[in-house]
Formats: sequence, C-alpha cells, structure tokens
Amino acid sequence: MVWPLAAALVYALVVHFGGRTVLDPYYAILLVTIGINITLAVSLNMVNGFTGQFSMGHAGFLAVGGYACGIVTYYGSAKVFGSTAMRQGQLCGMPLETAGLPFLGGGEWFFLLALLVGGLVAAGLGYIVGLPSLRLRGDYLAIVTLGFGEIVRVVIQQSGKVIKAGGGKSAEQLIRDAPLYTLPGSVGGSLGFDNLPKYTSLFWAHLAAAATVLVAYRLKSSTYGRAFLSIREDEVAAEAMGVNTTKFKVRAFVLAAFFAGVAGGLYGSTLGVALSPVDAGFQKSFDIIIMVVLGGLGSISGAVVAAVVVTLLPEWLRGVAEYRMIIYALTLILLMIFRPQGLLGVREAWEMPLLRKWMGGKRGGT
Amino acid sequence: MLEVTDLRVNYGAIKALHGVTLRVNRGEIVTLIGCNGAGKSTTLRAISGIVRAAGGSITYEGRDLAGLKPHDIVRLGLVQAPEGRGIFSNMTVAENLELGAFIRSDRDGISADREKALTLFPRLRERLDQSAGTLSGGEQQMLAIARALLTRPKLLLLDEPSLGLAPQIVQIIFRIIREINEQGATILLVEQNAHMALKVAHRAYVLDVGRIVMEGKASDLAASEDVQDAYMGRKRAG
Repeated sequence: MVWPLAAALVYALVVHFGGRTVLDPYYAILLVTIGINITLAVSLNMVNGFTGQFSMGHAGFLAVGGYACGIVTYYGSAKVFGSTAMRQGQLCGMPLETAGLPFLGGGEWFFLLALLVGGLVAAGLGYIVGLPSLRLRGDYLAIVTLGFGEIVRVVIQQSGKVIKAGGGKSAEQLIRDAPLYTLPGSVGGSLGFDNLPKYTSLFWAHLAAAATVLVAYRLKSSTYGRAFLSIREDEVAAEAMGVNTTKFKVRAFVLAAFFAGVAGGLYGSTLGVALSPVDAGFQKSFDIIIMVVLGGLGSISGAVVAAVVVTLLPEWLRGVAEYRMIIYALTLILLMIFRPQGLLGVREAWEMPLLRKWMGGKRGGT
Repeated sequence: MLEVTDLRVNYGAIKALHGVTLRVNRGEIVTLIGCNGAGKSTTLRAISGIVRAAGGSITYEGRDLAGLKPHDIVRLGLVQAPEGRGIFSNMTVAENLELGAFIRSDRDGISADREKALTLFPRLRERLDQSAGTLSGGEQQMLAIARALLTRPKLLLLDEPSLGLAPQIVQIIFRIIREINEQGATILLVEQNAHMALKVAHRAYVLDVGRIVMEGKASDLAASEDVQDAYMGRKRAG
C-alpha cells in the first residue's frame, strides 16, 4: 500500500504544479471540479456499483462533509489561530503567484485535518444511517437514502446566520465571544456558508481522487473486496459462502460516505463555490448517480471517465448557450438507449476487448 | 449430526412445511425426495438459515441453530450449495472458488482443497479464467459444488444438483457426490430425480406437501412400489 500511495501523491503534485503553470484559472478550476467529481463518482460506485445497493443520498454526505470541513476552516481557524483568513501555502488555494509561499506547514496540515474531519463526520453519519437501512433491499433503500439527503438539506436550512464582521467588531472578535456549541449551528441557513477560506487546490482535489480510486481498486481486486461484489451478484449465495452481507454493505456505505465527505470539504472550499443547502438535495445526488450509471455500475475507470465527461460536457456546450442543457440531456438519453450498461459495464478500461487487442491480449478468458 | 424436529415454515399465510422431522448421521448420504412444491428446498433453506422457521427445532452437532444467520451457520461447517446454482456469474471461475474459501485463512489448506476440487472437476481447471456466467449448466453446477467444498463443509446440503442437466452430466455429478462423501463429508441431498438419489444415498425421506410421508433405507424405498409409482415414473399396471 506504500507504493500506490506514493504514486497518488506524486500524481497529485504533478497535476498541481503542472496544471498551475499551464492552465489559466478557468481551466484550473474545471480541473479541480473534475477531481472532486471523480472522488464522488468512484465513492458512490463502491455502494451502487460494488455491493449493488442503490443509494440516492450521496449528496447528503457531500454536504455534511462540506459543512463540517467549513466549520473547522472558518470557526476552528478563528478559535485556534485567531483569524478566519486562509493560511497560505504552496499546496493551498489557487493563487497565480506562488513565489514566497511556505511549502507544507502553511495551511496544508490544517486543511488536511479539516478534510479528514469532514470525511469522518460523514462516515459516522453513514454508519448511523446505514446500519438500519441497509437491511432493506432495492427500492426501499433508495427511498430511505433519498429521504436522508432531504433531511440534511432541511436541517441545514434551519441553521442560523454565519458570524461575520459587523457592528464595529471583526468576525474574529465575535467568534471568540460566541459559545462553542453555537458555532456548528451558525452555518448560514438557506443563504449558504459562503465565506469559507478557499483552500482547495489542484493538489488536494486530485490527491483525494487518486486515493479514492486506489481504495476502490483495492476493494475490487482483493478477496476481501470480492465479498462486496458477491453481494451484488447474489446475496443468498454470498451468505452461503459465509459473507456477513449486512456488515459488508454497511462497510461499503461508511467508506463511500467518508470519501463523499472529503469531496464535500473540497467542494465547499473551492474558489467560486458557495456551499448551500441545495448541495445536499436530490438534484446533486442525481448528478453523481448519472456519473456512476453512465460509466457502468461497478467499473472504476468507467466512473472516472464519466466524471470527466459529465464535468466537461456542459462546458464544451457553452457555445450553444441556451440549448446546452437540452443537448446534455439528449446525450445522456442516447447513451442509455445504446449502452444501457454504461460506457464500460462492470469491466475496467484495460479489460475491454478493443484495448486488450492493442495491448496484445495479456489477460485470457472471455 | 443434524437433528430436525417438527420443523414448520410459513411463507406469509401459506404453510410450506407442517412439521418435518429428520435426522442425518455423520458420514451418511441422506436424500430428501418428493414432487415439485413438496417443501424440499424450503427444508434446506430453513436448515441453512435462509428462511426462518415458524416452529420446531434444528440442532446441529448438539447446538440449536435458531436465530443464527446463514453466514454464522456456514462457519459451523454446515454449507449449502444453493439451488439455481447461485454462482457469481460476472466473476471468473477462479474468483468464485476464491470466495468459497472466504471464511478460511489457512493458505496451505485452501490451495490443497482447491487442488482437490479441481481434480474432482477437471472441466473447471480448463475454465479457470472464464467468467462463470458463460459456463454450461453442468459446469455451473460443478462450480457450485466445488465452491461449496472449499468452505470445507462437515455437512454439505445439496439442492437439486441434477436440475436441468443432461443425463451424462447427471451421472458425473452423482459419482462425485459419492466421492465427496467417501472423503469424509456428510451429505443431505434434495432431489427430484428419485431414481439417481436413491441409488447414491444410504437413507431417504419422502416429502409430500410439507410432511414426511415415508422414511427408511434408500434401497428399501427404491424397492417400494409406492415410491416407484409416485416418484420413479413406473407405470401402474392396468
């Protein structure tokens, strides 16, 4: 596990420093969004693709992680460092000029901590939601998870105002005076938690994406991981092999929620994004499901490709302004008609017949 | 080894089993025969924990199985090869076998047992990298049995292993069932093909609409006129 992790780190660094020098800000942010969407799609694929359960509340975990991470980077920062401003660092945010910024030790460790908090809070919630609901099958689970996302949305909507500078006092002063327990409830209601420090960079977005892909791949290819796939194939037979199906479903669900939470932290801290309750809603969950289904339920590389396509397609179509959402929708419909199993089905890109022919058919079988 | 007493199972309002009592001794092949819908598969499913019993008791090696989940029961060495074969069709044969050994961690034991299973079913060795869904019906059945063997069962429950297979393949499957038994596993075999089942089994029970209506040595039952009439396709004279 050490080498793959090192590879993920190197990949993220290359994307970060490479992307920053070559791309203008618009494309850099697009590339960040791609990283976040890969994290979301591949993590949802662990539940919907690997174990064959149908969760429709992934955005709920995204929002929970985003808000938890934001509470750390905004309120936590004010309480600990006495400032709500972003802590500078080579790997943080999207500055054009990076000369003189500290490398590591600036905001890097702090943001990593905040992301982990976001992930862990989402995972904890995933456990609480998953334990009772994963005993349900098929449609019922879909309805429960859909409801979960809506509950998250409504709860966030009911939260109080964000503590900002006002009345002659700075935000830091006001936050210092506010009791600790009121802070998680002051996340902006339906107006959104919009003034978070924008830590998200190419590095963090793509490190999260690479880590998610890595974990998903380990899951899919190990014996332990095949237990997840066996549930999707035939639940009764999986039990007959001694797989505790409920336990494994909960595990997949918690793991997926963790990565969704991390993705949420990244999303909320992206330049130009204002985290709001809408991000927990079913529209957002559907967007993620579209990526997973489009790529092929169970295919990691499929989810990655679909995340890239779904992120870029509306952007490419910006030229035809008012028709773009229609074309986007039509493309999805056509794809589902002609490839209902998704772009790659359950297989991975390197297992496709065409690619295998190119590579000289290393893997046998049909 | 296995003691089933007055087992009752309901599917909603429908009573599937009205008190089934049977016993399997260590080292035996016991067969449960009967028509479609007699409750044979239901009996097996209740034993392996897939369906819940409404009444009666199931005791395995002196231990009451009530309330145990199927995956717990497997760990006690009571293993079912499910009907309809229940193989993982999108996985390769090798991956299916790997999942058979899911509950075990003794690497050497696993590879020895895998070797043994592949020796019993040479067909599977040729198809290790093939996805299981592309196997023929007979091969899928072989895979289901081989996979169940890798869990190292003490008591193996087989549900209709001959279902839908060509006569030649049926012969092979039954020969292997006997071999497995000779290697030490006890077998409870559910079959519609009474003819074959009674040939291979030591003892037999006849199940009819949720009740045991006859029991005895397999050879005695095979000779019985009632059984021949009802389950072995002998034409009634006149």
